[in-house]
Parts: sequence; structure tokens; C-alpha cells
Amino acid sequence: MMDDLKALYQEVIIDHSRNPRNFGSLESANCSAEGVNPLCGDELTLHCLLDADEVIQDIRFIGRGCAISVASASIMTEMMLGKSKTEAEQLFDRFHARVTGTADGNSVDIGKLEVLSGVREFPTRVKCATLAWHTAIAAINKTDQQVTTE
Amino acid sequence: MTQSALKVDREHAVTGTIDPIAIREQFPILSEIVYGKNLVYLDNAASSQKPLAVMQALDKYYASQHANVHRGVHALSDRATEAYENARKLARQFVNAEHAREIIFVRGTTEGLNLVAGSYGRHCLKPGDEILVSEMEHHSNIVPWQIIAEQTGSRVRMIPMDDSGQIIQQAYLELLNENTAIVAITYVANSLGTVNPIRQMTQSAHDFGAVVVVDAAQAAPHLEIDVRELECDFLTLSGHKMYGPTGIGILYGREELLDAMPPYQGGGEMIKRVTFAGSEYAEIPHKFEAGTPNIADSVGFGEAARFMWDIGFDAIASHENQLLEYCHERAEQYSDIRVFGTAPRKSGVFAFELEGIHAHDIGTIVDREGVAIRVGHHCAMPVMQHFNVAATARASFAVYNSIEDIDCLFDALNRARELFKG
Repeated sequence: MMDDLKALYQEVIIDHSRNPRNFGSLESANCSAEGVNPLCGDELTLHCLLDADEVIQDIRFIGRGCAISVASASIMTEMMLGKSKTEAEQLFDRFHARVTGTADGNSVDIGKLEVLSGVREFPTRVKCATLAWHTAIAAINKTDQQVTTE
Repeated sequence: MTQSALKVDREHAVTGTIDPIAIREQFPILSEIVYGKNLVYLDNAASSQKPLAVMQALDKYYASQHANVHRGVHALSDRATEAYENARKLARQFVNAEHAREIIFVRGTTEGLNLVAGSYGRHCLKPGDEILVSEMEHHSNIVPWQIIAEQTGSRVRMIPMDDSGQIIQQAYLELLNENTAIVAITYVANSLGTVNPIRQMTQSAHDFGAVVVVDAAQAAPHLEIDVRELECDFLTLSGHKMYGPTGIGILYGREELLDAMPPYQGGGEMIKRVTFAGSEYAEIPHKFEAGTPNIADSVGFGEAARFMWDIGFDAIASHENQLLEYCHERAEQYSDIRVFGTAPRKSGVFAFELEGIHAHDIGTIVDREGVAIRVGHHCAMPVMQHFNVAATARASFAVYNSIEDIDCLFDALNRARELFKG
């Protein structure tokens, strides 16, 4: 059995946290949102370009946070690119079910997000893994409120 | 990695002044196993653990002394009142106040500071007045002042600190002026461990007629507090950080100030006479203790004070300073550790970051090795802003910690390096 810490801090996670993909601002963005985790002070801003059919044409994030939150944001942006708003929301629902360990969470297919599933053994860190997602959902729904994990 | 922090070599654990192994036996929770490892508790600045004596005092109070205080005519009410007022006497002794009536029981430091801001501040602050607050304060010694400043037209000004985590005394002297009404400073900074020169700062404040409010939450577990020596006007602290129960703390205020202040909350216990034409308030300290007080925990507080006296403040300081020095020595062996707070006079706190690893990840990793530390902004966001970090990791000490505990922390940090650096 792989130990919990190794399952959490897999190489892919460390790599994404060190070299986050889609990191930076996006001048052409037509929606964005800010997310904060008041517990640890982590902050994240998400920019997104949504076309007329509500398909995510581009998505970027800026911010600082722990390895889990940065890696989750990085992998999320890779996966959301080219997806419709509805597909992105469905993906988040599946991811959320998996990391919070709800009844059907273990059986859903979350693709490359699988590397983040180790977080379910660390309930205090679920907020780190989901901050970027909550922020992205707020951005594509064009809600102006700041997202907080509290 | 040492599997048993309890079965340590005594020679190694004892710092010469205290035998932490003997002390540990008084703290049952320290024998807990977490993730299959012996608990190493280094989050004492957040809340310390409780000795058996405190738990037994609570049990005894509820088993044989409890009723409401001050108003019953029966035997139990007498016992409860005596236990409560005796706790106040012990609290007086703990901070060396002149009179027991200068001690008000509160829920903790946060309530103590809010009481001073809400009563003294609201009563005395005028538009144009200034409240000086240092950059290293806990949010609870910033936000109540911001709230009261907004309500009274006064303003909060920051006393800056330097990169070692010390208040810049020259800047403080320059900030003081005839508009300075209140100076609110911490005795020991919770995020850095700096011990501030309270007496000296109080004297300067008094030259301008300002009143000095001291946050002693982090000082109480480590230093002998003497309000008369410090010459401060108000001082507040929490029981749960000094081996006592949660939900109880004290506010010391100079008698003439407390006498002149309006009540903080209204209710039972705090009145002499109530009519619909108006009410007369009780004398201090009861004027500030509306409602049934936290009797049991005040008794626990008194017992915690006794626990500390039994060990002795010199022994506590000497032991904890050795732990802190050892921690700094260990840290110097690693080039990837950045220490926050390098003032010559520190107490109880070792704050740091590990290059390339976020504090939150460190917290999770060392936790799985059984080591409990605090990570985050420590309710001191201005301090994080000063050092331009989002979060730091903080190990903080109590009398029951040993050199071995610090070795466990550094071993656990190696685990973090392993996971992150492969």
C-alpha cells in the first residue's frame, strides 16, 4: 500500500506545483473571479475567455498557494480548455465527489484528475484542492462575488 | 525517526532546569498516538495542553462546589462564590496587580481587548485621537481598534517593525504625540516570538498621557508578568495558552480607569439597582461581569497559575529558551530554512519556511509524522505582508517539550524535503 503522503504528493503534483500550466494573466479574458482561502491566506485569480457558445477558449490563473492548490489549478485549466461551461461544471461535480469521498465518488471517472484523489485522506486539505474549481465556476457563471472556502 | 518521544534518554531530554519527562506525566494527552506515531505537540502558542491538576480542579468544582455565584443564600452558592473569588485572587497574584478588584474575568484575550476598546475607547476617544498599534500585533489587537476608531473618528496608526521582528523604537517615539490616546502592543508576538520592551514603551507613552494596553496572551505561558513593574494601564491574557481551560481569561485594568469606564455589557450581576427610570451599576470588577460568569473555568485558571508557580518562572524560561536556542542551532544547519523573528529577546516561538515548500504542505507532512505545528498567517497578516509571504510554519514550546521533540520536528522536515525534492 502506498503511504498516504506519497499518494498525496505524487510527482505529477509536485511538477504542476513547481511549473504550473496556464499560469499568468489573460488580456482577452471576458470573465474572471478571485478566490481566497482565509484559513491559510492563499489567493488565486482566474481569467477565462468564454465564446458565444459558452465554450472555454482560454483559461489562466495567477496566485500563490500550497502544492495541492497550485497543482489542482494547473491541472484544472488543462482539462477545462475547450470544454463547454456545462461540461466544466459536470467535471467539477465529479471531482468534488471524488475528493470529498461521497458515496458514488470512488467510481466516477475523473481522468487525469485521479492524481489529486489522494487528498480525500486529508480532509483539512480538500479546500486547497477545490479553491481553483470554485473560483473557475464563479468566473464562467460571471458572478462578481469573491469566492471563499470558508 | 524516533518512534517514542516518551522513551527518550533522560540525559538528552533534560535541559538542566526542568525534567520534561516528569512534567509530561501530568499531561495525559501527550501519550496520544496519531497516525501510529507518538504525538509531538508543538502548537502551544495556539493552545497549550492541560495538566491533571487543572482537570481535577474542574471535576472537583462540578462535583462538590457548583451553584450560581453572588446571589444564593445557600451553602453551595457560598462555595461557588468563594471558589470564584479565590480564583480572582490567584489571578491578581499571577499578574501582581495591587487589588483583586482590578481583575475582570473575560472569555480570553480577544474579549479583554474588545472590552477595553468598547468601553474605555468608546468613552474616551475623540475625533483626531490616535491609537498606536504595532505591526506585529495579532488581529485581535488590531481589528477592535479599527472598529472603535471608525465609531469615534479617531485613527489607528501602525508602529513599524524591522526585519528581525523588533518594534523600531525610534519610529515609535516619533509617532507619539499629544493626540496619542492609546498604545496597544503585544508583550510577546505570536507569529515571531519577539519579547517587546513594554516598560520602556509604557513610560514613553505616559509622557504623552496615552494609556497602554498590553496583549499578554503569548507572554503568560512563558514570562512572569508584573503589571506594576510594567506600569501598563491594561493587560489581558487567555487561560488556555497557559495550561488552563478554554473560555477563560483575565483583563487587568488600573482601578481609577476601570472605575471611570462605562459597563461593557448590561445584565445581571453588574448592577446595584434597576428601575425603568435608570440603573445603578455595581462596583468593579462586577460592573464588567454581566451574567453568570464562567465559574468552573476561572477555578481551572487559578489551578493553572498554581501549576506554573510550582515549576517556577525562572525554570520555565530557562528550559524554553534552551529549546528555542537548540531549534535555531538546528535550523542553521540547513540552507533551505528561513527563520522569521530573530530578535535577541524571544520567547516560545520558532517561525520558519522551507524553501520551495509551502507552509501548508509542511504542516500536513509533519502531522503524519506525529508532529503538530501551526501553519498559516497566524492571525497576523500584516506580519506576513512585511515578510512578503502568504504563510509561515510555526513550532511553539511549552514546559513539557524536550530537545527530542525538536529532533522529531527536524526529522519530519526531512520527510518533506524527500517528498518534494525526490
